[in-house]
Amino acid sequence: MITTFAAALNVGLRRAMEDDAKVVLLGEDIGRLGGVFRVTDTLQKDFGEHRVIDTPLAESGIVGTAFGMALRGYRPVVEIQFDGFVYPAFDQIVSQVAKIHNRTAGKVKAPLTIRIPFGGGIGAVEHHSESPEVYFAHTAGLRVVSPSTPADAYSMIRQAISLDDPVIFFEPKRRYWDKADVDFEGEPDLPLHKARVRTRGADATVVAYGGTVATALTAAKIAAEEGHSLEVIDLRSLSPIDVDTIAESVDKTGRLVIVHEAPVFAGLGAEIAARVTERCFYHLEAPVLRVGGYDIPYPPAKLEKHHLPDPDRILAAVDRCLAA
Amino acid sequence: MSQQQTYPVQLVQPDGRRVLDKEHGALVADVDAGRLRQLYRDMVITRRIDVEATALQRQGQLGLWPPLLGQEAAQVGSAHALHPDDYVFCSYRETAVAYCRGVPPEQLTALWRGVSHHCWDPDEVKMTNANIVVGSQGLHATGYAFAAHLDGADIATIAYFGDGATSQGDLAEALGFAAAWSAPVVFFCQNNQWAISEPVSVQSHVPLVRRADGYGIPGVQVDGNDVLAVLAVTRRAVERARTGAGPTFIEAMTYRMGPHTTADDPTRYRTAADTEFWAQRDPIERVRLLLDREGDLSPEFVQQVTGEADEVARRLRTATIEMPDPDPVRMFDNVYATEHPLMTEERQQLSAHLAEGAQS
Repeated sequence: MITTFAAALNVGLRRAMEDDAKVVLLGEDIGRLGGVFRVTDTLQKDFGEHRVIDTPLAESGIVGTAFGMALRGYRPVVEIQFDGFVYPAFDQIVSQVAKIHNRTAGKVKAPLTIRIPFGGGIGAVEHHSESPEVYFAHTAGLRVVSPSTPADAYSMIRQAISLDDPVIFFEPKRRYWDKADVDFEGEPDLPLHKARVRTRGADATVVAYGGTVATALTAAKIAAEEGHSLEVIDLRSLSPIDVDTIAESVDKTGRLVIVHEAPVFAGLGAEIAARVTERCFYHLEAPVLRVGGYDIPYPPAKLEKHHLPDPDRILAAVDRCLAA
Repeated sequence: MSQQQTYPVQLVQPDGRRVLDKEHGALVADVDAGRLRQLYRDMVITRRIDVEATALQRQGQLGLWPPLLGQEAAQVGSAHALHPDDYVFCSYRETAVAYCRGVPPEQLTALWRGVSHHCWDPDEVKMTNANIVVGSQGLHATGYAFAAHLDGADIATIAYFGDGATSQGDLAEALGFAAAWSAPVVFFCQNNQWAISEPVSVQSHVPLVRRADGYGIPGVQVDGNDVLAVLAVTRRAVERARTGAGPTFIEAMTYRMGPHTTADDPTRYRTAADTEFWAQRDPIERVRLLLDREGDLSPEFVQQVTGEADEVARRLRTATIEMPDPDPVRMFDNVYATEHPLMTEERQQLSAHLAEGAQS
């Protein structure tokens, strides 16, 4: 069925709520409005105000109370309205949600899913285009994932909700309106922690996630016209990362470019580069390169096209690799 | 619960005489001499646990200990108001609450010895482990209470925190959520006057109980060194929660007689006169005087309780000293509830490293 990324998430949430009465949604404006991106559209009407809960405007409160509900056996799915609003909830996420299983020697689980629309490309104002994924990827106890297609949005939200660990679920907001065919009846074709090879290629590997996967695929198309075949990998899981799939590709291509919107300094690209260097040192033909956001606060919307990796910057990095 | 009340509820005066308060007295009318002796016993034993743990820290057996000395009535009185199926969210000083919930004393020290982040099984006694980040548990209690309400369970949830925690945003958010959801939660503030070295005047210019007003939650201030008064007001708050009437805020006025933790030096920030003033209001002495005044205290009973307390302390000491250091590779256990490749990899790394060390 052809559907948008946002609608695929909506169906995923609906199915999860139908399957398990303990799945509840909490967030700001998720009820009658259906969320500012309409991801929870119609769910309150169909499941009631006690399962789709419009909360007071307090992110720490949303996560902290959802955590309390999880301690009583619920599986809360929290919506943080925008990436830049998650910081007030940071303490609850890293100090409480992430650690409770360990702190209680495995007696207590916190099966929360924390949905965060993230990244730029929609012309938004300050605090509405951030990429805070590394803060969470750096925290043991959390799983961090980001789908890039409607099909993965559907399958990954189902997997995230059913997982017994807390999952930070980053939704690339500029992909909410992307349309694709989604099989709502099939089972997920990949475990949640596995990366997906999106295009096969022989000359260089490009790893991307979230909003930049489509950009990397565009770059691969242009490269193909120039006679270079790129293998594009959609990382999908940002913690843990599927090093095996990336290493297997790099062993074949000998070259790796990592793409993300987040600032490059101490970003996920650094972690991938280090692990690939360790695993593939004798197969690498060139240094691992990173293409990402600059190390600045997210710029005003009129400048974001310079900040976000585009096909040109990805291809320039590929060229550098190939020249080495 | 009266929102107009302007003085702390008190049912027993420091010299052991009862206070005539029909409203609150009625809430503990069933507390006979036997039950009163039980309260006395639990307070004596928890003080003995606390003194022993403090000594264990001084002897290097614990890395740290947060003494509850002086707060026995606030903790024992409130804990006795709870039913076994009520759920307790605590901070890190609620030793007496844990004891009253049925946590064996020998499980109280693992965290402070540094062998585990964990002391007891929370679901077994319906009480969380220590929460070190002050105030965050107010939200957890509210969420848990709301979930219990959705389940149709007739239980109350209680969140223990100190005066310092009332300045945390999370506690303000918890009061807001609890009010909006009419959650069956009791906010139990032990105002022990000091957040490490900061007096309560740094936290608030008005009585803490008045924070409840802004959220439309009933608030009550109680003499926290009066175990009967604490029992009375907590019983009423718990009943309110269990019957669906919503949250209550209790401010128990007490005093931390010891340091914040064993790493603290209270002589740097408070006077001996202040401590002496509160020593005259000792919560255990007050019950002893009451029992004595009413002819319900025999020397045999006092001796029996002392002996019991010594036995509990002996068990605590032996169990603490005998706690082995955990197996290092178990650091990677329970970080995730599900399989996680990085944990597997790093566990193997450490195992290999340890095996190498064993060979050389």
